[in-house]
Amino acid sequence: MKSAVITFPGSNCDRDMHVALTKFGFKNQMVWHNDNELPKTDLVVLPGGFSYGDYLRCGSMASKSKIMQSVINFAKSGGLVMGICNGFQILVESGLVPGVLLRNKYLEFICKNIFVKIDNKDNPYFKNLDKEVFELHIAHNEGNYFCSNDQLKEIQDNNQVAIYYCNDNGKTEEKFNPNGSLNNIAGIFNKEKNVLGMMPHPERMIDKSLSGEDGSLFFKNLLNNIK
Amino acid sequence: MKVSAIITLKKDVLDPQGKVIHQTLDGMGFKGVNEVRQGKYFEIDVKENDPKKAQKIVEDMCNKLLANLVIENYKIIEIQ
Repeated sequence: MKSAVITFPGSNCDRDMHVALTKFGFKNQMVWHNDNELPKTDLVVLPGGFSYGDYLRCGSMASKSKIMQSVINFAKSGGLVMGICNGFQILVESGLVPGVLLRNKYLEFICKNIFVKIDNKDNPYFKNLDKEVFELHIAHNEGNYFCSNDQLKEIQDNNQVAIYYCNDNGKTEEKFNPNGSLNNIAGIFNKEKNVLGMMPHPERMIDKSLSGEDGSLFFKNLLNNIK
Repeated sequence: MKVSAIITLKKDVLDPQGKVIHQTLDGMGFKGVNEVRQGKYFEIDVKENDPKKAQKIVEDMCNKLLANLVIENYKIIEIQ
């Protein structure tokens, strides 16, 4: 299975993502933001980082870069596109997933392990996972998900919430919400569920001795789902 | 022509930075503040001598890049 990780100026999780994808069997290719065309691929990943120094709004400049037109066309034709952290911010700025990511509620850069609950497994990313609650890592300043009430209703009606912040038992209460996100939303799909944006970093949880291995479960499962 | 635009958060959108500025002002003794909302200001010099056309160009920029219309509004405040 082939994957492509896009590197923007200021991306800093692109290499980690490459290591993770390669570890679990993807044939990964790094793609420069200024290229016009994506290579032939089964999955596109927009990695975390601080593209364009987070100027104007996080992800806003990157969402207009040359490669994004090709990424948008790939997503519109049903291709799998996943945005992690800054990649999620780029997805909302490009309109591929609904809503926006605001400054964290308490104005802190948050860097810690959290738990998320997978709500909906009827999609290519989480299908066949036999676990609901995952321990992952977050590191962001703008992860406070927001959208209008009408949009929220539409998102819920279409089962577009991918993951919620929760505790280790899967309780999705406000006190387990690290950044003020609307309804504890940590990740979201587009309507068709081929585009996934999420703040937590699965690529940071792929090594038992360094972190945990909940990210490994995610990548292994994703590969099997795409095969 | 020089076109000035301001971008503000929509009414329902939480503005944590505005809130902190409010609290700080309060701590400094500015007690009469109801609310603070923070925004952005742009001055864009466009190669266009017709004010209406210049305004249109900057509005287009606001729609496509400078503002995120999900959470922000923009207003052209000066053309000179």
